[in-house]
Amino acid sequence: MSPGRRIRPIEPKLRLSFLSPDDIERIHNAALLVMEEVGVRFPSHKALDILEGAGARVDREKMIARLPGDLVMNAIKKAPSVYTLAARNPDDDLLLDGKHCYLSTDGCGVETYDLYTGEKRTSTKKDVHDSAKLADALDSIAFVWGPMVSAQDVPAETRALHELEACFVGTSKHVQPETIISEEIARYCVEMAAILVGGKDNLKKRPIFSVMQCATDPLGHDGGSLEASLVAAEYGIPTGFMPMPMSCATAPATLAGNLVVTTIDSLSALVLIEIAHPGAPVFFAAAPTAIDLRTGGYTGGGPEDFLLGGAFNQICDFYGIPLSMGAMATGAKVPDWQAGVDNSFSTVAPVLTCTDMLTGAGMLNGSKILSFQQMVMDCEIYEIARMFAQGIEVNDETLAVDVIKKVGVGGNYLAEKHTRRHLKDLWRPTVYDRTPYNVWEANGKKGAFETATEIARRLLETHETIPIPDDQRKEMAEVIKKAQMELAKGGVKHV
Amino acid sequence: MCKVPSEIVEKIGAAVFEGSIEEAGELAKQALASGLNPLDVIEKGCVPAIEKAGDWFARGDYFLPELVASAEAMKAAMAVLEPALREQKAERKVLGRVVLGTVQGDIHDIGKSIVGSMLSAAGFEVYDLGVDVPGETFVAKVKEVGADILGLSALLTTTMPRQREVIELLTEKGLRDKVKVIVGGAPVTEDWAHKCGADAYGEDAIRAVRVAKELVQ
Repeated sequence: MSPGRRIRPIEPKLRLSFLSPDDIERIHNAALLVMEEVGVRFPSHKALDILEGAGARVDREKMIARLPGDLVMNAIKKAPSVYTLAARNPDDDLLLDGKHCYLSTDGCGVETYDLYTGEKRTSTKKDVHDSAKLADALDSIAFVWGPMVSAQDVPAETRALHELEACFVGTSKHVQPETIISEEIARYCVEMAAILVGGKDNLKKRPIFSVMQCATDPLGHDGGSLEASLVAAEYGIPTGFMPMPMSCATAPATLAGNLVVTTIDSLSALVLIEIAHPGAPVFFAAAPTAIDLRTGGYTGGGPEDFLLGGAFNQICDFYGIPLSMGAMATGAKVPDWQAGVDNSFSTVAPVLTCTDMLTGAGMLNGSKILSFQQMVMDCEIYEIARMFAQGIEVNDETLAVDVIKKVGVGGNYLAEKHTRRHLKDLWRPTVYDRTPYNVWEANGKKGAFETATEIARRLLETHETIPIPDDQRKEMAEVIKKAQMELAKGGVKHV
Repeated sequence: MCKVPSEIVEKIGAAVFEGSIEEAGELAKQALASGLNPLDVIEKGCVPAIEKAGDWFARGDYFLPELVASAEAMKAAMAVLEPALREQKAERKVLGRVVLGTVQGDIHDIGKSIVGSMLSAAGFEVYDLGVDVPGETFVAKVKEVGADILGLSALLTTTMPRQREVIELLTEKGLRDKVKVIVGGAPVTEDWAHKCGADAYGEDAIRAVRVAKELVQ
């Protein structure tokens, strides 16, 4: 049944350094100072009760908690540095140990480029399933983040549950939603996942999903998201916090200042979780960026992002907390030159600082439009980064003096045993075009986009995800039905 | 200290243009203390300055943070000058009145605030109701100030339906034909703007200002 280990994490040998130890220390101290003097907004009385009970100074009216430095440092000590994100297929479990880098899909888009018509349309539950299925078929992708797009054809109040269901069915890899933003929804999600792992108690050992939350930069969180994360932590489900401060708007214009805000908006949530559930697995997720100076919009790419990505990873290493780094979030509207440049740089910087998770592949227009082709092409970028990050190994075998002597002057290495042993060490493209000009012309002048279209269609048409047994499918559907009845009362009307 | 009245007006203009927020408020107080007519200060000092900032932005010599700072400086001066204006029962010319906010259940602030600043800079009178705003609050404010435009922001696909609910509430209260509605926010599309019954869609702050101007023409 199990296809065996399919996913392909990167184990980078090359390492880049963006910050000196002294730089990191200064950013850390600045973050501690601001958390203690200014505080952070936790708009949840439940969260404020927990923080106050542990010694934070709480302003109930403004819902701000000032966090003393020792409280922050003690919380960091309790958080584990190494843990596993489980997958429905145990072969694809992800060990977060600071040595491996796993690629996920991008997510939270609202439109889809249809794979067959090319039309840009409102995203649906089927898109959530299909994108998870394509991710399941692509070995470069280790887990599904998001969901990739919003299931806008199902009721708003249970949308997150429908999306989780579609992801679970579409892939047997780990799933990490960013749409679990209330305590009630979190409890239903726990119920759904428990069905697949044989009960809630097993979730601690087999957390087949994890939760990611957006911060409300600067210096704040969303109340519902915090309460959802407290539920996750209660069941041993890893929970991550994603600040996206934008220099000039929600962060200072300077990149060091942006890193202070990014650090605060990650660390402060960890403090809450570790007080409530000591030892709960927490990760940071960061997508710091700068605004576009003309429009004020989110840029999703550009040199600042590449620097911030590498630098924040070093800060997470300093704390010993796993990081999911936002990458490949190009602002390009179609899979073009800009998308290639953005996604290459934004992948290489965090890979060379050994981020644990790389989020992720397959979106355009600043993570708003799903493109199946872009997902395939982003996997190729990731594979180039893998090769690059391996660096060059120098030993007797790789120096190859024997074979150099044997071939001698003016010969060639084509038929040598040494070549056969190592030829597969070289990178082999799947989307890149390296055909001779006349072959390319004869094949209809196909570019990367056409090749990626063919690959995406073939995989979606032929790939089979490890199925979920019918009785479990039914049980999950029952949970959603029950949730719909319970939540619809006070909920938002169906779009 | 500035003693010569016209010098104060000039300085207010400079403060607004340069985005010196505290200084603009302080100079407005000095202007009133020295007996200047608030409407003169607004029309000869603040308005030409904010228009100049707008022109600079339009031709690419000012970036968005600079324009927002100008709008904030203008706001600081107006906070001092407007009460004095009301005492005289005078009114300044505005392009239109805009009520603006993020819908209930949604706490995203920055995009909507940028739109507010840009609209102020363009000559609108802006009432920013903040985030997580219930439909009734929008409707009440629209009625109270006689708004020409209502701007509704949402960043989540799950809160987008609230935009439609607010529009339906306007209809219910008999206000729909009195106010134009612009919707915006990252997940909002042209398509959704039509579906939810809005008059226009602002993809970003610059476009929001353009459509607002078209709607009041």
